[in-house]
Amino acid sequence: MAKHVLRLTAVVYILFLLVLPVGLIIWRTFGDGLGPFVEALTSPSAVHAFKVTITVAAWAVVANTVFGVGAALLLVRHEFPGKRLLGAFIDLPMAVSPVVVGLALILVYGRFSPAGGLLESWGIQVIFSTPGMVLATVFVALPLVVRAIVPVLEELGDEQEQAAHTLGASRLQSFVRITLPGIRWALGYGVVLCLARSLGEYGAVAVVSGRLVDQTQTLTLFVEERFQNFDQPAAFAAATALALIAVVTLLLTKLLRPKDLSDGN
Amino acid sequence: MAIEVRDVNKSFGATPVLRDVSVDVESGSLTALLGPSGGGKSTLLRVIAGLERPDTGTVRISGVDATRLSPQRRNVGFVFQHYAAFKHLSVFRNVAFGLEIRKRPKDEIRKRVMELLELVHLEKLADRYPSQLSGGQRQRMALARALAVEPEVLLLDEPFGALDAQVRKELRAWLRRLHDEVHVTTVFVTHDQEEAIEVADTIVVLANGEVVQAGSPGEVYDNPANPFVMRFLGPVTEIGGSLVRPHDIEISSGPVEGGAPAVVSRVVRLGFEVRVEVKIGTEEAWVQVTREQADRLALSPGDTVHLKPSPGARSLVLSAV
Ligand SMILES: Nc1ncnc2c1ncn2[C@@H]1O[C@H](COP(=O)(O)OP(=O)(O)OP(=O)(O)O)[C@@H](O)[C@H]1O
Ligand SMILES: [Mg+2]
Repeated sequence: MAKHVLRLTAVVYILFLLVLPVGLIIWRTFGDGLGPFVEALTSPSAVHAFKVTITVAAWAVVANTVFGVGAALLLVRHEFPGKRLLGAFIDLPMAVSPVVVGLALILVYGRFSPAGGLLESWGIQVIFSTPGMVLATVFVALPLVVRAIVPVLEELGDEQEQAAHTLGASRLQSFVRITLPGIRWALGYGVVLCLARSLGEYGAVAVVSGRLVDQTQTLTLFVEERFQNFDQPAAFAAATALALIAVVTLLLTKLLRPKDLSDGN
Repeated sequence: MAIEVRDVNKSFGATPVLRDVSVDVESGSLTALLGPSGGGKSTLLRVIAGLERPDTGTVRISGVDATRLSPQRRNVGFVFQHYAAFKHLSVFRNVAFGLEIRKRPKDEIRKRVMELLELVHLEKLADRYPSQLSGGQRQRMALARALAVEPEVLLLDEPFGALDAQVRKELRAWLRRLHDEVHVTTVFVTHDQEEAIEVADTIVVLANGEVVQAGSPGEVYDNPANPFVMRFLGPVTEIGGSLVRPHDIEISSGPVEGGAPAVVSRVVRLGFEVRVEVKIGTEEAWVQVTREQADRLALSPGDTVHLKPSPGARSLVLSAV
């Protein structure tokens, strides 16, 4: 009996929180057929927002992958003073609100700060432009790759790497031939999660981008802006596109996850 | 000398793990590093391989000072206790790894790997992955992988430690035969004295980070440097303040010259051997006799017997503690 109540609660909970809202958006989007959907997404503003989103997300994923692998190796394989502090810092973005991140970036890189002024004199504009949005996205998605690989690296141990060394492999060779294949599924999982987070980021990017339509507007900002301007079809179409991307990445992570288990025997 | 370790010290934090360790390993020999758990055997082996850097002291391999060389350049083969198999590579690719790193031609690699796989009886399993092998097979694969690069010395850390008793015994004999075929200077770590005596031609006893004794199995067994080594290398019992091997004691029913009277408390038959537990006054001791001897003396608990070290018996006088 208790089992049925529990099951019913879970179903209702999910229904109201997830299925109903997402379903409604999709229903509204495709209510008048595929035509309006395609039309809304191929408007110049929408296409531009797509491009901005892809650019920002791509840079953020690359940066977080490189940093994530490096930081994970540092945390698992090396002892150094301040190691616990680094570990705590990596988790910080989980706790800090993205809006705070955005404001902090403006404080550091804004036109009227020393760092921002210097960069500006070199012709690099950070805030209200792509570099700032990449920075904000990198920060927000920072822990995902690191936290995906750390447990696998720990479980892997360093004996295989040491064996590779005694067989004549350099550090780079043992990393490429032994470590990387050992963590590939976890790395893939982390990268996909990081991509999903980057595509969906709103708060921090909203602050640092300045929300300049057709300039620094990402897809999430586009949804919000269209909605505010009573252009519901465009807002729903873009929202559906974002949701579809999320579903695809979710399926990807599901594909990547079980392989890790069968790998780790 | 293939390996010369001189005055090596190594600490982890404040705890010294190796203290003034000096070891010579002759070319072509099969040497056992024997000692109790935590004695520093693995650490010494890792220092020789370059996986651990000594605080002081030097390591020479084939006459070359290797103390500051990275493991990559030492040309040693290392076999880890838990095999350290490359899980994502097939058996073939595991063994080929060192040769691929050295950029040997493809057909040369193929030929050499298949030779080695034959040597370790894994030629039929070349395409399997390590997770599809048994423990013993993985161990042999790790051995073939280490041998592939023709190392100057082969270092094995408890090569049979993780295997069950039966497989252990087989692999032991096999390692001895393999060494007689390949002749590569080999050092292996073990905490099993029987394994060391059976396989090695030199035994180095390491305890508390110090070399306690080094020599042939016969020497170390018959002339132990101190009571610790004597206890560690085989069964001992205490009679009249001396450590004696229980098979070095003569037992008789009548009084003998220089014999000590004792009362039998238990007779345990272990197949061919019979273990006779006795009391000398209040002290407990035991004597190992053959079944035939035991039958002849018709020993049973409560009998009084007389014990005497057999001629030529080795004993160590225990200093009063
Ligand atoms: N990386 C390390 N950091 C700190 N202490 C260590 C490290 N490696 C070994 N030790 C310590 O050094 C001592 C010797 O260890 P070692 O592994 O050499 O012993 P061993 O003789 O191989 O023992 P066993 O037979 O149990 O493998 C142990 O007390 C161990 O706790
Ligand atoms: Mg050990």
